[in-house]
Amino acid sequence: MKALAARRHHRLAPVVLLLLALLTTGGIYAALAPSTANAETVSTADIETGKKLFQANCATCHGANAEGRDGVPSLVGVGAAAVDFQVSTGRMPMQMNGPQALEKPAQFNEEQTAALAAYVASMGAGPAIPTDQQVDAAEGDPSNGMALFRTNCAMCHNAVGAGGALSEGKFAPALWETSERNIYQAMLTGPQSMPVFNDVNITPDEKRDIVSFLVEQREGSAGGNALGALGPVSEGLWAFAIGLGLLIGAAVWIGAKSS
Amino acid sequence: MSDNQNPPADTSKDVTVAPEAGTAVGPADRFPDPGVPEHKHRLTDTDLSAAKRAERTVTILFVLSILGTIGSIVAYVMVPPDGTTAGVRLSTLLIGLGLALSLLGIGIAGIHWAKALMGDREFVQERHTLATQGEDREIAIRDLNEGLEDSGVVGRRGVLKGAFFGALALFPLALAVPLIGSVGGDWNISKFKHTMWKNGMRLAIDPSGRPIKASDVTVGSVFHVVPETTEEYRGTHDWITEKSKAVVLMVRLNPEDLRTDQSPEGETWSHEGIVAYSKICTHVGCPVALYEQQTHHLLCPCHQSTFDIADSAKVVFGPANRRLPQLPITVDSDGYLIAQDDFAEPIGPSFWERLK
Repeated sequence: MKALAARRHHRLAPVVLLLLALLTTGGIYAALAPSTANAETVSTADIETGKKLFQANCATCHGANAEGRDGVPSLVGVGAAAVDFQVSTGRMPMQMNGPQALEKPAQFNEEQTAALAAYVASMGAGPAIPTDQQVDAAEGDPSNGMALFRTNCAMCHNAVGAGGALSEGKFAPALWETSERNIYQAMLTGPQSMPVFNDVNITPDEKRDIVSFLVEQREGSAGGNALGALGPVSEGLWAFAIGLGLLIGAAVWIGAKSS
Repeated sequence: MSDNQNPPADTSKDVTVAPEAGTAVGPADRFPDPGVPEHKHRLTDTDLSAAKRAERTVTILFVLSILGTIGSIVAYVMVPPDGTTAGVRLSTLLIGLGLALSLLGIGIAGIHWAKALMGDREFVQERHTLATQGEDREIAIRDLNEGLEDSGVVGRRGVLKGAFFGALALFPLALAVPLIGSVGGDWNISKFKHTMWKNGMRLAIDPSGRPIKASDVTVGSVFHVVPETTEEYRGTHDWITEKSKAVVLMVRLNPEDLRTDQSPEGETWSHEGIVAYSKICTHVGCPVALYEQQTHHLLCPCHQSTFDIADSAKVVFGPANRRLPQLPITVDSDGYLIAQDDFAEPIGPSFWERLK
């Protein structure tokens, strides 16, 4: 005790104390502060911002407490993933009524979207926004992804993700421009006509395989222009209209007399 | 044309103007042979500089072809496919462009050369009649008759003739019997009426084969389901045949959305809003799998038959005229979904013996 008391007067003692104090506060801050904008680690301030945004932009249709009404789904329990998908792809807020909400430039920036997601997630537990590692195409197995895609997705979204028609003006969109995170979220939350593929049906690893397969499709076909990958309709039209047209033109030129 | 072939129209004698010199005689030949039109010279025949220009164009086209060939070889050597999709595409594109330039250059140059520079005078090519002339025909007919008489087919040697025609008539059977015999191959109709589903068999996820717990099927989910089997069996050919009949689409609806009053067995075939239907369309057997979560409609991609899953897979649109057969399901003591039995009716499109 005496030794400690003696050292208290050492001229470096204030410096050591200051460093200790800094380390402690820094450590506590790192442990408590939100590291990302993910739903699990949001501050109450985010939720407050989200609530304001929600009241101003979403409550007209979804209700003040997100309870929904006829034809408008309740948002209690849809989770942050659903909000992030709908808002970051611009599908929500919806511009006008139609067969389905269309993709358009996002109306909110990343922070606002995160705040909205945090607010909706705070009303009821639901799927969280996937981490970057969960949607990293490089870690997925595209070959397994193709098998899963063929079984679960290809009937609506086309074998290579070119999209396709549904009933009454609805359609399954092409997936070549969709971000990895949005693809994952769509499977997880089942937006609009799309059914839900929960983590038991398609495990998180399998979802990443599907993302990986779809990322590979962005490169297009090794055979050149795939003409929308729509199959015999576009290919036949091309062959008959353009191909035969060129052949007829060549035949006419060969048969014409030189002037 | 003679007069008695069309006597009513025969006014030609009266109205025909005097035939001009050089035309064929005969009253019906009303149109004089116009002959070959007067030869017009091309620009390259009259204008020396135009000819030079055409010559230069043709030369340039041949040189382009040479460059195309060289370019194609250079592309092959310098831009080999690097394994990526874009790399393969670039390599193929460059080689193809070279080849196109090389062949189109030769083709277009050749035609332009022929059209603009080579002689363009009209030639008349004389042809003789194709039919054989009188005497040769008579000889041929006489030879045939002699051969027929010589063979004795007419009249004598009855047994020989019988054997000859018999052999000719029977030989197609050697081709026809195996061909017709292997049509269908297998006349066991009963396998159209049953699938491998049976009481107690667990429902598993396609393609991974994991069994499914009822609690894992959340509302709005779609599961593509196959019977649970061993991994080895799923590698056999038999599995492909059985799977093609046994595939099932399973969804969970809010129980209040579900109308079970019209299904043959009502609620007992579903489990807390979970329903399973055959994925084989009752129209012509395509896999019906486009499920719209909000409308509960299931679409067939081939002919747009639409089934309402909330209403026992009733046909609401399209050419199908029967509901999708429902797989009766329940849960076992571990909470896994199991089949109660096989489908109550044959799955897939109609066939003659379906209801026997």
